Amino acid sequence: MTRTTAISVSTKRPLGVALLLGLLLALFLGIFPSGPAHAAECTPDASTGCVQGVIKTSSGDPAVGIKLTIKGGGEDQTVETDSEGRWVFAVTKAGDYTVSVEKSSLPDGQFFKSAESREVQVQLNNQASALFPLTDDESAAQGGSSATGGESAGESTKSANSFSWPRFWQQFVSGLRMGLLISLASLGLSLIFGTTGLSNFAQGEMVTLGGLLAALFMGITGNLWVAGLLAVVVSAGFGWAQDKVLWKPLRKKRLSLMQLMIVSIGLSITMQYLFQFFWGSGVIRIDKSTPATWTFFGVTLTVQSYIAMGISLLAIIAVGLGLMYTRFGRATRAISDNPALAQASGIDVDRVINIVWIIGGGLAGLAGVFLGLVFNGLNWFTGGQLLLMFFAAVTLGGLGTAFGAFVGSMLIGMMVELTNIWLPGDLKYATALLLLILILLVRPQGIFGRKERIG
Amino acid sequence: MDFWFELLQSILQVAIAPTTAAFVLAAIGLNIHFGFTGLMNMGQAGFMLVGAYGFGVSVSYFGLGFWAAIGVSIAAAVVFAIILGIPTLKLRGDYLAIVTIAAAEVLRMVVKLAVLQDITGGPSGIPGQKYRPVFTELSPLPEGKTTILGLTYANTGVDDWWTRIVAWGLVALFLLITWLLIRSPWGRVLKGIREDEDAVRSLGKSSYAYKLQALILGGIMGAFGGIVMALPAAMQPDSMGRPMTFNLWMIVLLGGAATIFGPLLGSILFFVVRLVLTSLAGEFIPSSLLNTQQTEQLAWVLIGLSLILLVVFRPQGILGNKKELSFNV
Repeated sequence: MTRTTAISVSTKRPLGVALLLGLLLALFLGIFPSGPAHAAECTPDASTGCVQGVIKTSSGDPAVGIKLTIKGGGEDQTVETDSEGRWVFAVTKAGDYTVSVEKSSLPDGQFFKSAESREVQVQLNNQASALFPLTDDESAAQGGSSATGGESAGESTKSANSFSWPRFWQQFVSGLRMGLLISLASLGLSLIFGTTGLSNFAQGEMVTLGGLLAALFMGITGNLWVAGLLAVVVSAGFGWAQDKVLWKPLRKKRLSLMQLMIVSIGLSITMQYLFQFFWGSGVIRIDKSTPATWTFFGVTLTVQSYIAMGISLLAIIAVGLGLMYTRFGRATRAISDNPALAQASGIDVDRVINIVWIIGGGLAGLAGVFLGLVFNGLNWFTGGQLLLMFFAAVTLGGLGTAFGAFVGSMLIGMMVELTNIWLPGDLKYATALLLLILILLVRPQGIFGRKERIG
Repeated sequence: MDFWFELLQSILQVAIAPTTAAFVLAAIGLNIHFGFTGLMNMGQAGFMLVGAYGFGVSVSYFGLGFWAAIGVSIAAAVVFAIILGIPTLKLRGDYLAIVTIAAAEVLRMVVKLAVLQDITGGPSGIPGQKYRPVFTELSPLPEGKTTILGLTYANTGVDDWWTRIVAWGLVALFLLITWLLIRSPWGRVLKGIREDEDAVRSLGKSSYAYKLQALILGGIMGAFGGIVMALPAAMQPDSMGRPMTFNLWMIVLLGGAATIFGPLLGSILFFVVRLVLTSLAGEFIPSSLLNTQQTEQLAWVLIGLSLILLVVFRPQGILGNKKELSFNV
């Protein structure tokens, strides 16, 4: 029952931990010039007046990377909202200014509830603010230039939280998109759990890494496709390296699963703050241009979203087919069922686990790239925030089953986006987590899991 | 020389700060969960949040008195423990971990809701002056300031001796309770569950009931940690999130799981080492190379790394005994 004795048996101390960290540091130091981005700040004093505000999307999340301009009194400045949706201008003359939001920089599916530009009176040594409320209901938006059509003007007064079929349809497709993105990451999580038993708390950071690397390569190459591909390749390489220098030695050392889990938590904290150290705590955008949108059967998403959904689906199908029909896939499933037996029947368990880490890292990186594109930027905590969604998806589908992870992810994605119609946006992640707790009450092994794994 | 003297003084300051005591309290609770019973509770910050808001909301919104609010806090922690425990204590350890972390996050998101602005204060929380008076008016200390060992605080006020006395008094009380309970037959059953649950079951004990009791007890201690944490400052939902839980784990593992004084030692060391590192970096590394914000981030990187190294190389911590350690999933 206890594995504690095993800890003391092993005398070989893995240098792996130190090696990995060295590698991590070297990787970051080597390729990335240090320069943390600071959020815009303005302190009013005798020669400065501040104009500021916070823009939030209809779901209550901060709207990031929105461009605003201020004009008047000889000033003409442009800023972008930071990770908290905050924007601020510092002006040096009192007077009337016009603050306007660039409509094309709004996230897709978001519209102005009232005006897109406002007049503000600024005094020195003082602060002024301007509000730009957003809605995701186009018909309720200002101007009402409705693409969905067929709605009377009388409906333009209804609240953003009411139900309408076009809105449902839009959220449904957003849910599909969210589900596919979560699937990418949770497939990796599930494969790793299935073969090694590790609940990897650092999976979220592998996602973040993918997105941040894509932004980095985008800056170097300028080509989104190349940058994305490179980011995925490096993420996969990071998965490989992680297994080689950290997880494999620890497995050899016979650390228990609980210890491995705490190690992954430590790794997650380390990576989060390394990201913050090198990339700053602001929002990093992969593609700085204004994304084009495309309306398809009444659903408006960015073109990048559609492409991301397509590629995600292809990747998921490829992994699924690979697991079903290739020798490697059979070996993976054999190890999930019984590692000792798999080893005895001639499967090189360590090699298979290593490949699983490579695939897991690559998929997580891909998820990160797409998250960064679809949500118009990411920060050091993007993956960490979604980590519990991945766990919820994997648990819902059944821990350690790949198909279950996919179905679970789609359900969680739908849940997150659809509850948004009825509940305040702040709650959208909470409902998915509540679902997780309820599932464990009723059917702890998940939808596709088998009972023996849980007890 | 001035620098070293000031450093010594701030070390002393940190060592007796109410926040440190709050962490000790929550860590004692976590130690009962993990160290003695072997439960992977990854949501201890959730218990702290339940405790803090249970107290703060009862006072500021419902206008209850001090003792009634404490009662509400304890009741809320018990209910939270039962809700968490019933679905998960029969399952394998990592399920409890995932559910507790999820539940703590859900709670944090709920108290942050803008809809609840009037009750919980939404994202900005409840300011201290709305609930602190019921606590300060219990103070028997005279007016004025007192200086002990070069540290001067008001006897009763915002950041005062009264909070420190109560906080560390609670720490002493909980350490005593833990010591008494763990050497009692009840505590021996807990340890038995940690070592071999099947063996305990075969003796006719309901391991499920014992685990739930342990979860409740440790949760109540976590709730007190939350109250003590909120008393000298304000209540903020985001200060009781995942990082808090991970810090508590770090503290328990550092001091030594399954020991009585492990959480106390771990907590003081955790804060003092962090303070020393950041002040040394602030003093000797030019700010052009490393500004305060970056030092803070590097301190976190160090916390993550030490967590890894600790678990790999010395899972029993400083005071612990390797045989007394349970990491079985």
